[in-house]
Amino acid sequence: MNNQQQSLEDLHHIKKMMERSSRFISLSGLSGICAGLCALIGAWVAHPYVFGQKDFVINGKKYFEDDYTFILNTYLFWIAIATFVSAFVSAFFFTWLKSKKDGMPIWGNTAKRLMINVSIPLIVGSLFLFRMMHFGTFGLIAPGCLIFYGLGLINASKYTLIEIRYLGYIQIIIGIINLWLVGYGLYFWAIGFGVMHIFYGVYMWIKYERK
Amino acid sequence: MLNPINNLNKLFDSRVRLGIMSILMVNDNVNFNDLKELLEITDGNLASHLKALEENNIIKVEKGFIGRKTNTTYIITKSGEKEFKLHIAALEKMIKTTK
Repeated sequence: MNNQQQSLEDLHHIKKMMERSSRFISLSGLSGICAGLCALIGAWVAHPYVFGQKDFVINGKKYFEDDYTFILNTYLFWIAIATFVSAFVSAFFFTWLKSKKDGMPIWGNTAKRLMINVSIPLIVGSLFLFRMMHFGTFGLIAPGCLIFYGLGLINASKYTLIEIRYLGYIQIIIGIINLWLVGYGLYFWAIGFGVMHIFYGVYMWIKYERK
Repeated sequence: MLNPINNLNKLFDSRVRLGIMSILMVNDNVNFNDLKELLEITDGNLASHLKALEENNIIKVEKGFIGRKTNTTYIITKSGEKEFKLHIAALEKMIKTTK
């Protein structure tokens, strides 16, 4: 092997070790696709409740306006929880598979940093939206979800594959457009969390995982 | 023209040391076990390379505690960072000049 090849290989090795030690690179494209499918199914199930074809309150019980427990007694709340849990579990599963294949720990330093950084905007955002729901501004929930999720992705992009940053920008743009088209939140929500996740997942899968 | 090989640091003339330096360049401080896991080498091997780098003032060792267990972390020194950047620049030059 000549000097030139040796240098090139050394540089590749340096780059690889820098990335491997600072970024969680096992995020699978299939995780994105699954999360997107869950979101689309969730939006489809929620559709008749959101647009008033079905009563979204379980048992049709009446509640006082300032009753916090009201939200727990709606179909929409439980559909949202089920959607989130199934999206998270299926996304986790494929990333876990990929991390095993890459020989990387699923719960290493890079994964921790990624989780912490994605969580900060998400937790702040959920508290904010929870208070907004309490004041009855339901129309801003979908754009709020999209915007805070986008911020979470951008914040996390330093600690994982860089493409997630663009997914973050797209979510924020969709959320902001939705701010001026209140009432169509579910559609924007389905495009952002459903369609865009699937696009992103397919792109990442083709770029990094297809043999 | 200066031969770029002159700028290649003999101290970084090993895959393990290149790996250690790369990791420490982008992470503030890294402990022994994380280095071992990332580089996929044995304790003894890693320890000897770390010692060589430490003796040349390329990296610093910090001993601390997590609860009662000792936690040894490694940090790159200012001069270590400089040396490694020169080494990378020399590697890049090697590729360009021989093209």
